[in-house]
Amino acid sequence: MADQATFADLAMPYMDALYSAAMRMTRNPADAEDLVQETYLRAYRGFGGFKAGTNLKAWLYRILTNTYINIYRAKKRRPQESELDDSEDFVLYRRIGGLEAAEAERTPESEVLDAMPEDVVKEALESLPEQFRMAVLLADVEGFSYKEIAEITDVPVGTVMSRLHRGRRQLQKRLFDFAKERGLVPEPAAPPAA
Amino acid sequence: MDCDKAFHRMYYYLDGEITVWRRWKITRHLNRCPPCAQGFDFEVELRQVVATRCREEVPPDLRRKIAESIGIEWHEHPEP
Repeated sequence: MADQATFADLAMPYMDALYSAAMRMTRNPADAEDLVQETYLRAYRGFGGFKAGTNLKAWLYRILTNTYINIYRAKKRRPQESELDDSEDFVLYRRIGGLEAAEAERTPESEVLDAMPEDVVKEALESLPEQFRMAVLLADVEGFSYKEIAEITDVPVGTVMSRLHRGRRQLQKRLFDFAKERGLVPEPAAPPAA
Repeated sequence: MDCDKAFHRMYYYLDGEITVWRRWKITRHLNRCPPCAQGFDFEVELRQVVATRCREEVPPDLRRKIAESIGIEWHEHPEP
C-alpha cells in the first residue's frame, strides 16, 4: 500500500506542471481539473508499483496521458484529428527575417518573440493535432528526452522524433499566422490605405 | 560541416540528442557562421517563450480537492 505522506511529498510538487499540460491537452479549465484530479487518484492507487529512484515526473505524465486517452478523449468522441498541413519547410526565423528585409525599419526577431502574447502562444500550441501537440508539449515545455517521451506516449523513439520535428514546424507556422493576424509581424510592403 | 547540415541537425543538437562528435562539429560551425548561430539562438529563445507562456497555476480549490481525495491534510498557507 502506498504511503500517503511519501506520495504527497513526492508527487504534489508536480501539480502545476501537470495542470499546465492538462490545460493544453483538454483545452479548458474544467476538464483540465478533472483530468489532474483523476491522475493523482490513479497515481496514488498505483504508487505501490512505482519503483523508488526511477523518474517520478515521467511516471506521473504517463498516467496523465493514459488517463486523458482512456477517459477524457473516449468520452468526448472527438472526430478524427486532421493531419498537419504541409509545413515541413516552414522556418519562423527565416520568415520574420525575410519580411524584415523588406522593411525600412528593422525589427529584430527576438522583439517579435518578446511581443508574442501568452494567449497567442497557447492558442498556437493547442491548435496542433493531438499527437504533435503532445510531443512538443513534453519536449519543449516539460523538457523530457526523446526516450522519456517515447515511454510516456508509448511509441518508438523514431516516431517521437518525427512528431517533434513536424509539430515544431507547424507550431512556428501557426505562431507566425496568429502573430500576423494581430499585427505583431510587419506586413511586407503593404500599399498605403486609400 | 555546412549550413544545410547544421540546420538539418539543429533539433537534435538543441535537444542534446546527438553524439559528442557531431555536437563538436556543429558547435565549431556555429562559431564560424554568425547567421547559423543566430538561427540557433532564435530557436532557443522561441522554446523559452513557448515554455514560459504555457505555464498555468493550479487553482487553489483543485489543490485542496486533490489533497482531500488522497486523504492528506492540506493547508493553503502552511505555518512557517
